[in-house]
Amino acid sequence: MEVPILKQGHYLIASIQSALTDADLSQLREALIERVGRFRARGVIVDVTALDVMDSFAVRTLRDIAHMARLRGADTVIVGIQPEVAFAMVQLGLTLKGVATALDLEEGLAFLNQQGEGRLEDRRPPGGRIDRG
Amino acid sequence: MADELRLPIAADVDVVQARQQGREVAANAGFTSGDQTVIAAAISEIARNILMYAKRGEIVLSVVANGDRQGVVVIARDQGPGIRDIARALQDGYSTSGGLGLGLPGAKRLMDEFELTSAVGQGTTVTMKKWRRLG
Repeated sequence: MEVPILKQGHYLIASIQSALTDADLSQLREALIERVGRFRARGVIVDVTALDVMDSFAVRTLRDIAHMARLRGADTVIVGIQPEVAFAMVQLGLTLKGVATALDLEEGLAFLNQQGEGRLEDRRPPGGRIDRG
Repeated sequence: MADELRLPIAADVDVVQARQQGREVAANAGFTSGDQTVIAAAISEIARNILMYAKRGEIVLSVVANGDRQGVVVIARDQGPGIRDIARALQDGYSTSGGLGLGLPGAKRLMDEFELTSAVGQGTTVTMKKWRRLG
């Protein structure tokens, strides 16, 4: 089951629709990393609202996506982890350390927009001011 | 046991199938959706272990009653290479496959009972149970 990836502005949104096999998850990782380059994306949102279980493979793949996208210059945010899924993840000992998460798509977009602003700040030369002269 | 559900595990779709069936069995036995998720996650981990280490095996699901308790029993069986060091295999972060090493210890934490028997060259059996009080 292939996960549809939408392009919205500078962002890619992967919205998982149903349970995924390990192969599906790996395919999603490849597709997202390739598309970050093709569309020059600055942000990636993976919406996992429809996932009723997140096991160690799913969590590792999401972590890999976030880290790989980062290396390609895009920020990733995982949105929509359900309360019961979060509970089981904690029991399993699974964390998304170093990966941004947000409650839902709306919060995820807000997070990426904020990151984008931060990045413009980063581009200022030392001294904290853009020299327009 | 009357109602046993035997699920062969030989491909990654079988892992998804097994955890979905596990959720259904737990739902029919009256477990909360939180517990259904916990059981499904534990099944996912041990079913993947079968695939990763033994290539094939089976998951057997059943429901048992014990006094005022009802339980879901998950048995994962394979004739794979077996586990050389069971104590280590149950430690967080230990993996011989490059995984996260959270499968077995994680499943153990998720369930109420967890038993692992293994013989090198003969295979591995994991039996785990989740209980709920009746009434």
